[in-house]
Amino acid sequence: MMRSSSLLSGLGRVYIGLVLVFLYLPLVIMAAMSFNASPFYQLPFEGTTSWYAALASNEGLIASTLNSLQIAVLTTLIATTLGTAASLALFRSDFRGKRALQALLFPPIAIPWLISGTAMLIFFFGTGIGRGLHAILLGHVALALPYVIIVVSARLQTFPRELEDAAASLGASRWQTTRKVTLPAIAPGIVAGALFAFAVSFDQFVVSYFLATPGQTTLPVEIYAAIRKGFTPEINAVSTIVILFSMGLMLIVSRFFRFAGDR
Amino acid sequence: MARVDVKNVSLSFGAYRALNDVSISFADGGFYALLGPSGSGKTTLLRMIAGFEYPDEGSILIGGEAVESVPVDKRRIGMVFQNYAIFPNMSVAENVAFGLRVRGEKGAGVEKAVSDALDLVQLGHLAKRRPHQLSGGQRQRVALARAIVTKPRVLLLDEPLSALDKGLRKDMQIELKRIQREVGVTTIFVTHDQDEALSISDRIGILKDGAIVQEGAPEEIYDRPRSEFAATFLGEANIIEGTAEGGRLTLENGVSIPLPQEAARSSGHLRCAIRPERVHVVPGGLASVNLSQAGTLTGIVRHKLFSGSLSTYSIDCDGRQFQAIVPRTGEDDIRMGSPVEVTWKKEDLIILA
Repeated sequence: MMRSSSLLSGLGRVYIGLVLVFLYLPLVIMAAMSFNASPFYQLPFEGTTSWYAALASNEGLIASTLNSLQIAVLTTLIATTLGTAASLALFRSDFRGKRALQALLFPPIAIPWLISGTAMLIFFFGTGIGRGLHAILLGHVALALPYVIIVVSARLQTFPRELEDAAASLGASRWQTTRKVTLPAIAPGIVAGALFAFAVSFDQFVVSYFLATPGQTTLPVEIYAAIRKGFTPEINAVSTIVILFSMGLMLIVSRFFRFAGDR
Repeated sequence: MARVDVKNVSLSFGAYRALNDVSISFADGGFYALLGPSGSGKTTLLRMIAGFEYPDEGSILIGGEAVESVPVDKRRIGMVFQNYAIFPNMSVAENVAFGLRVRGEKGAGVEKAVSDALDLVQLGHLAKRRPHQLSGGQRQRVALARAIVTKPRVLLLDEPLSALDKGLRKDMQIELKRIQREVGVTTIFVTHDQDEALSISDRIGILKDGAIVQEGAPEEIYDRPRSEFAATFLGEANIIEGTAEGGRLTLENGVSIPLPQEAARSSGHLRCAIRPERVHVVPGGLASVNLSQAGTLTGIVRHKLFSGSLSTYSIDCDGRQFQAIVPRTGEDDIRMGSPVEVTWKKEDLIILA
């Protein structure tokens, strides 16, 4: 018994190890190559930080990175606020067509971004919203909103309604109840929803590509354009920075919030 | 502290009539139980007094002030919920302080009120605990302290003891009664547990199908239930029916029993109840009772349920099951399958509507 269970746990470790290699090896190679002097991945490895130095003077990459961050942060703030408010409304009130509305929140997640992007392009063109960073922001918020609503609503399903009743019975207004009782209780769901919103925006290529204008673009679109022109290891360098930033963000958030369970 | 009057209140949820022309008054400082089976409307009535539901018709007065359209957070009530509804993101003291803080109170006054309330429920030493570190009984006390610290005009309790185990529930009943007497707040308590209603309340209102069936002091309702429902829901009762004539009741099997004084002039079909502990069981069917003063039936003992100080017998009287509770006095030699006579004093017969 002991032997077979230790064998199983050994196999489990090997399996987890393989999963991690599969997930991270390409990223590690890319990060390593961002420090390699040869622009053609030639070995032996020759250490350099010149690509990072080159990056500092690549205005296109820097500007698009800042655009991406700005849009991702704004998308996160707007989509999380609107999505949380919508989830609370769906949770608290019963109205005609509520079920239909909730059902309609799921399909946009399954619609290919290529199609959403085309639809937005046509719509924005037709309504005069046009293209540019404002259009990208609008598009990202629309893409992120269903994720936030679904994640926050899932959290609200385990939220005991009696807590809101108790707060009201103690004299708390609707707003006091929301701020002091409901929001703290569903905070892990809101943070998870915000992370989704950030990821949807920061990762977004297809929709951004459709809505970007030559001067105003996001990092994924800029990287794609750069690769088409001719690959430079500066892309490795900026990608490495982005990976470290994203992973750091996730680590910080997961330290403060456990997504499973209550506390 | 205030009296509460519910006047001709009705409420429907769609086609379902949850409350139907309910009127009941709760005196200032009283301890009331609203008792009824599930679906009787007792919780709806409580939630309506709290302000979570608004009546379709009728009015609710707290301290003489009509509040039926005042929202819950403006009614100045205190409520304890079935699952306590302790805020998980706050400590015990923060939970208790919540009602004062949302009113904008601050500083030493709040702290004093919170520690007084926690002392009252004997939890002063746990003020800094988090809710998940508390037992069920302790959560119950926190919920109670939180509800009374704001000095509500009326305290509403929604089956507050139903989630506790039996021993703890008995302790909490006594505790609840003590706290209520100390605070003196008008208290309305919803329960489906008849023993709980009988043991802790000054008055009981029995509900069925959205209406008050009977209201009164526990002893009064137990001794003088007006309907079969009240008689059987609050305690056990044997139901007897027959045709009344000249102060006697003739049953289906032809046996005639005397009616109490109050029903001496009744005639026609009549339903009566007799409590099992008022029934005497005489072995052998040789009772020398005065048939004009006592009701008597003959039957065969079918079942015995021994519970220490008492035994409950089930006696088959011409196909009708009759329950009798007999104290264990040493003279209770009643054997299964043996013929017996069951008798009772005629005044012990309860006339039902």
